[in-house]
Amino acid sequence: MTVAPLLAGAAALLALSIAAIPLARRPAGNKILYGLALALSMLLLGGAINHLVSGADPAWIRLPLGLPWIGSRFRLDALSAFFLAVTNLGGSAASLYAMGRGAQEPEPQRVLPFYPAFLAAMNLVVLADDAFTFLLAWEFMSLTSWALVMAHHRERGNAHAGYVYIVMATFGTLALLLAFGLLAGPGGGYDFAAMRTHEVTPAIAGLVLALVLLGAGSKAGIVPLHVWLPLAHPAAPSHVSALMSGVMTKAAIYGFVRIVFDLLGEPSWWSGLIVLFLGGITAVLGVLYALMQHDLKRLLAYHTVENIGIIYIGLGLALAFRANGMGAAAALAMTAALFHVLNHMLFKSLLFFGAGAVLGATGERDMEKLGGLARNMPYTSFVFLVGCVAISALPPLNGFVSEWLTFQAILLSPDLPQWALKIMAPAMGGLLALSAALAAACFVKAYGVTFLGRPRSEAAREARETDAFSLAAMSALAILCLMAGILPGFVIDTLGPTTLSLIDERMPVQASVRWLSIVPIAESRSSYNGLLVFAFVAASATFAALVIHRFASTRLRRAPAWDCGFPDPSPATQYSASSFAQPIRRVFGTSIFRAREEVNMPPPGDGRPARLTVTVRDLAWELIYVPIVRGAAWISERLNHLQFLTIRQYLSLVFAVLVFLLLVLASWQ
Amino acid sequence: MERLAFDVAHLLAGSIVLLSLMLLYQDRLYTLINVFAMQAVVLALSVSWQAWVQDAPHLYLTAAIALAVKAIVIPVALHRMIRILGIHREIETALNTGPTMLAGLGLVALSMAVILRVTSDADILAREDLAFALSVVLLGLLTMVTRRNAVSQVVGFMSLENGLILAATGAKGMPFVVEISVAFSVLVAFIVIGIFLFRIRERFDTVDLEALDEVRESRR
Amino acid sequence: MIDGLSIQISQMLLVLALAPLLVGIVRAIKARLLRRRGPSVLQPFRDIARLARKEAVVAESASWLFRVVPYLVFAATWVAAALVPTFATGLLFSWSADLIAIIALLGSARFFLALAGMDVGTSFGGIGSSREVMIASLAEPALIMIVFTLALVAGSTQLSTVAEIFLSGVGLRVSLGMALVALIIVAIAENGRIPVDNPATHLELTMVHEAMVLEYSGRHLALIELASALKLLLYASLIACVFTPWGLAPAGAPFHVHLIGAAVYAGKLAAAGLLLAVFETMIAKMRVFRVPDFLGAALMLGSLGALLLFVSRGL
Repeated sequence: MTVAPLLAGAAALLALSIAAIPLARRPAGNKILYGLALALSMLLLGGAINHLVSGADPAWIRLPLGLPWIGSRFRLDALSAFFLAVTNLGGSAASLYAMGRGAQEPEPQRVLPFYPAFLAAMNLVVLADDAFTFLLAWEFMSLTSWALVMAHHRERGNAHAGYVYIVMATFGTLALLLAFGLLAGPGGGYDFAAMRTHEVTPAIAGLVLALVLLGAGSKAGIVPLHVWLPLAHPAAPSHVSALMSGVMTKAAIYGFVRIVFDLLGEPSWWSGLIVLFLGGITAVLGVLYALMQHDLKRLLAYHTVENIGIIYIGLGLALAFRANGMGAAAALAMTAALFHVLNHMLFKSLLFFGAGAVLGATGERDMEKLGGLARNMPYTSFVFLVGCVAISALPPLNGFVSEWLTFQAILLSPDLPQWALKIMAPAMGGLLALSAALAAACFVKAYGVTFLGRPRSEAAREARETDAFSLAAMSALAILCLMAGILPGFVIDTLGPTTLSLIDERMPVQASVRWLSIVPIAESRSSYNGLLVFAFVAASATFAALVIHRFASTRLRRAPAWDCGFPDPSPATQYSASSFAQPIRRVFGTSIFRAREEVNMPPPGDGRPARLTVTVRDLAWELIYVPIVRGAAWISERLNHLQFLTIRQYLSLVFAVLVFLLLVLASWQ
Repeated sequence: MERLAFDVAHLLAGSIVLLSLMLLYQDRLYTLINVFAMQAVVLALSVSWQAWVQDAPHLYLTAAIALAVKAIVIPVALHRMIRILGIHREIETALNTGPTMLAGLGLVALSMAVILRVTSDADILAREDLAFALSVVLLGLLTMVTRRNAVSQVVGFMSLENGLILAATGAKGMPFVVEISVAFSVLVAFIVIGIFLFRIRERFDTVDLEALDEVRESRR
Repeated sequence: MIDGLSIQISQMLLVLALAPLLVGIVRAIKARLLRRRGPSVLQPFRDIARLARKEAVVAESASWLFRVVPYLVFAATWVAAALVPTFATGLLFSWSADLIAIIALLGSARFFLALAGMDVGTSFGGIGSSREVMIASLAEPALIMIVFTLALVAGSTQLSTVAEIFLSGVGLRVSLGMALVALIIVAIAENGRIPVDNPATHLELTMVHEAMVLEYSGRHLALIELASALKLLLYASLIACVFTPWGLAPAGAPFHVHLIGAAVYAGKLAAAGLLLAVFETMIAKMRVFRVPDFLGAALMLGSLGALLLFVSRGL
């Protein structure tokens, strides 16, 4: 598989975005556009999978575009093929979904031209082989997604979300630019092949790691750089939110993996420690933030933060194992992280599509105004349930497999020689288990309050099932979640060449294990068989149903709810999202978020209602960003004086700088 | 035999660390003193096991002193003291169990990491003993830091000294006179603190240290 | 292969038969300790049969999920219980799910049960579900720490391997003692026994599990009761298999060894029932927001056990 067809596909997407400008005005325009985007994404997906499965050698190409002495280099190796597959699978699903829902955009000309450009940019980020092309594609990705975030600019809060997003994205690109500069060194070889051979001192390597964590990490959503994510992701249209959460964050992970594992050379053990630690706190804080939300899309966006944390835990372990020469364990950790990349794209896109379907059917994103949607939207509720089960890491679906693999990697950590790693890894394992349990809690809340129970508003009562295209996209993703869960061996084998290219080691081939189990290290140590577990559960459930229907009563009667004899007709008496989260908020939130509940009771005899106010503060925003913003404003205030100097003062300023530079030149050794 | 000696020493020293952690989250003074007494008993057992394994008879005396003084005399005196002060039913509310326990676990991990790195060429039993002893000392300090009531701070200080005794018995050949002087100075400190507690109580009608802080503030 | 399959099938049927018996034993002993005559130990079987014969009354606001959940919960719990070695370690399919997968299967069952609690749209279901997920969120990290401790000692998370290694002797270890206490605390919390939850209560302030299944009746309730009995049996078998593995028939042993193993297992279950009943009678139920402290103690014990193992291994 050469690079040229894939580049042609990306170019076709760019052409499509230009063609979208006239197409947007026609009524069937968006169906045509999204249909073409779907076709192109599927072609790119096919190309990527072909490269992965055939195990071909890396291919690269140099185009004479861009900077004169470098041109643009593009490369397709196992790592880019995997991320290309993930990107285009997400892109196809989003395009298919948008063919149905996309028709409901109030201003399609704000969305349609930027969507194919966004897809093209993400593909180009993964294919880029030199720093300039990478950064250009990265910025283009940020800009197009920013345009898409600002598509609903009239809604309250979206302008602020776009502003925060563009500032954080620019800051991230700056950090990456500096990182590439350090990697290139004084020799100035900006293509990745030169960076691979360029040796860096450990101090420089540490600095590069910090810069990459700032740059790629902020795009992925590591705490405390995550603040833009829950503002920007929900503001965009639903299919774009799915792309941003499910795919763009993976492009950021790709950037991190490419730089740290490929370009930086041999890692040191403390880099693994830092990444592991950041992953752990990101996972727990992400899910705790998610639990405090009652806006469905914001909850999903915070959840992305949690899953990125899980991926970083795997990556940190891989770094630590590789630094200590434990190849098999590093392969296991890396495979776990990459598997989770795929899984997260699958189920997060599915969940965002579901949220979009709910938004389209009811016009509401706030869970406190929804409820009982499972009766009016049965198919949507079923596939959304599959997504919820998958993201909560419950067997037999795919979320459990990547989490199981991560735990197996953590169980290998006692063989690490450094004490800090030996203690940090199981601590992060505990945090991972905590985040998994809290994620399950969060999705019981999200599903239970939105789809189950009784409708809390007129809009929820009047909801109708969504259209066929959206359902097709969601069902396809749900089926893929199930497949990845019950046939994980195939995914692990597909990831083999990728881990081999990164850390020169891969997990043992799983296809030969009996009964399609997966055996990460050795059969005596641990194994898991998703297919058998699924088959057993299904068989037991069917067996129980058959026995019950043969020997027990099959009569069923509908009656009002029992509710201990005092049913309340008002749907406001059922548990809302904040009341569901109250026990967890009280246990974890009082220290982490300074969550306070205040009850305002008017005196007896007064007819006013009592008020319960819950305040939750984002400490990361208050302690880090607000001082930075204030500091920047203060500095700008001071520097503003430079605008109003007299001519004499300007002249003396120029004179002083000139004299200073001459002094430096005179005393330079 | 070697294995059994190691296992039992590990068991007893680990139990002392566990009891120190339990000291952190007790909120009733009554149970706090009882847990401290139990810690002293386990310390006496651990010291006598070390005496048997190391074949050092003077350690039996140390164990007997620990048992008599720290498991019987001091807890009884503390119980009497809190009954006289009238705070035997008090419940401390300044604790936040979750973060305190996490901090305690972190301190245990830290002391293990430090000791096992620093002493890489010493006897197994001694190294492990030192690691546990440092954990107990740090946990005793943490207990003192997270408490408001003066009596619980005294208990924290006592448990810190338990850690020192554990360290002393682990390192072979500590002279007996050092042992006696350490124990004696702790006893004197205890008596002095006890006297001060009564004086404070007479003057300010409470032994809550935050109230003392307020008085200091208002004098300025 | 054939004897592995027959052991697996007989275990599946055995756990299903013994689960209500275990619940019956606990109830009977509790009644005796409270100086009542109490029901017979076979009463839970009669209860389940009676419920199965009755008509199921479903609330008008319940969705399709409400009727599917009992089957899913039962299936997940039964599969998990069938994979924990009870009287023999030679289960045919023990390699398909290790300890982490078994815990996660129980988590699936709990997930669906919590959803069912939210389904009817009453505040009782909400209170049950929200408290249940809070307890679960604290029990899971403690369980992972316990698994970590066990895996460090045994070098595997596969339960058959762990049982065989523990059977061959691991010495007197304080970490295993801590892991045992932590596992008992987690087992009490997960099964909703006193002091975390009262399985026989009618008061909403003391309900967790009962509030989630309040709206269930008839055959659905029978399945859910059977599933919670299976869960109690699973935890008892887990503790017995790991910490008191004597009597487990190793793989490939002759038939009479298996029979002895089954008898020993029944004895262990009876002992577990007795201890649980005595413990429940001795202690009072805790306030809901003291449960995090209780489970925090389990987490601390599990972590400390793992840390102490590092010390003894690292030398």
